[in-house]
Amino acid sequence: MAETTTEAGGGHGGGGGHSPLEQFEIHTIAEFKLGGLDLSFTNASLMMVIAVLLVTTLMVFGTRRGALVPGRLQSVSELSYEFVANLIRDTIGNEGRRYFPLLFTLFMFILFGNLLGMVPYSFTFTSQIIVTFAMAIVVFAGVTVLGFMRHGVHFFSFFVPPGTPIWMWPLLIPIEVISYLSRPISLSVRLFANMLAGHTLLKVIASFVALMGVFGVLPLAGVVALTGLEILIAFLQAYVFTILTCLYINDALHMH
Amino acid sequence: MTEPEDPSSLKNLDERLSEAQARRSAEKDRGKRAAGRSSGSGMGLGFRVAVDILAALMVGVGIGVLLDRWLGTKPWLLIVFFLLGSAAGIMNVFRVMRGYGYSVGYEKTERDKDEEDREPGDRPGP
Repeated sequence: MAETTTEAGGGHGGGGGHSPLEQFEIHTIAEFKLGGLDLSFTNASLMMVIAVLLVTTLMVFGTRRGALVPGRLQSVSELSYEFVANLIRDTIGNEGRRYFPLLFTLFMFILFGNLLGMVPYSFTFTSQIIVTFAMAIVVFAGVTVLGFMRHGVHFFSFFVPPGTPIWMWPLLIPIEVISYLSRPISLSVRLFANMLAGHTLLKVIASFVALMGVFGVLPLAGVVALTGLEILIAFLQAYVFTILTCLYINDALHMH
Repeated sequence: MTEPEDPSSLKNLDERLSEAQARRSAEKDRGKRAAGRSSGSGMGLGFRVAVDILAALMVGVGIGVLLDRWLGTKPWLLIVFFLLGSAAGIMNVFRVMRGYGYSVGYEKTERDKDEEDREPGDRPGP
């Protein structure tokens, strides 16, 4: 993202300067084909592996000593634990405890994906719609299955607003179903679009720095401010994804 | 959430106390707090509304196109589901604006409403 010089990246931009969208291109690192499937190891996969390794390292080394007065690493891991645990307690209540592993994994994976994207010359895997959609569809399917397990056929009353006359049902049920089906899409698009827009904006403004010469100080200041904002958004979007998952689980658990 | 083998009993008590308080306040305004916090800034709220409309429209149009292709009723189901999708999008926004949180349907809002009417603290267990 923060490639402030125009020399950044390979030459895929085409037509003079570099495209601000070039940073989102997928490059194959190790080719691997299985049948008709392209399972190549790409830069996106690499960043995901790095994110998983970093989270694992943080949690393993952070919780290894278990000192009464936590060190830096332990402090960070305890903070992240507390944050997600409180989030679950606030939204789902006590029942939410058993979903902690899923929610904590989601939160840390997205957070590290967003933050790793802020490292210059790296790649933001959360700016790929397929990555966010895969996570969202897993959450959606899981929540739907959970709702069916908890409420059985009663789950369908989810789609009927109470107190509506029967002759309105043919109109309202499709609307509610569409509203329900739009959940994974809004969940994934929200994260993906935030990351995509933020990083594109950074790159566009950064390209002004070189173009404007002495007056490039102004866009440079803008880039500095935007980088701060992007880091905030990195946290915020990880938080939003997690809290939405919490609320969906809460919906499925306590329907009525 | 607390560790079972806590050495200090006083610390344990403090933790249990704050946990119980957090749980109670969380149950009282669960939906509202969550909805209020995540839409803190105006930009965030605008973005959320835009995405909500867009997502519902995408689902509506997608269903319409697929059904049209399957049943061979070329433009009609697309039009119908486009309208339904728009309605669903507006419904999503309506829920966001009324602070109903992210729930689908009205059931939770009804429950929240009579929770507000009741005195705090005398709520029976769920």
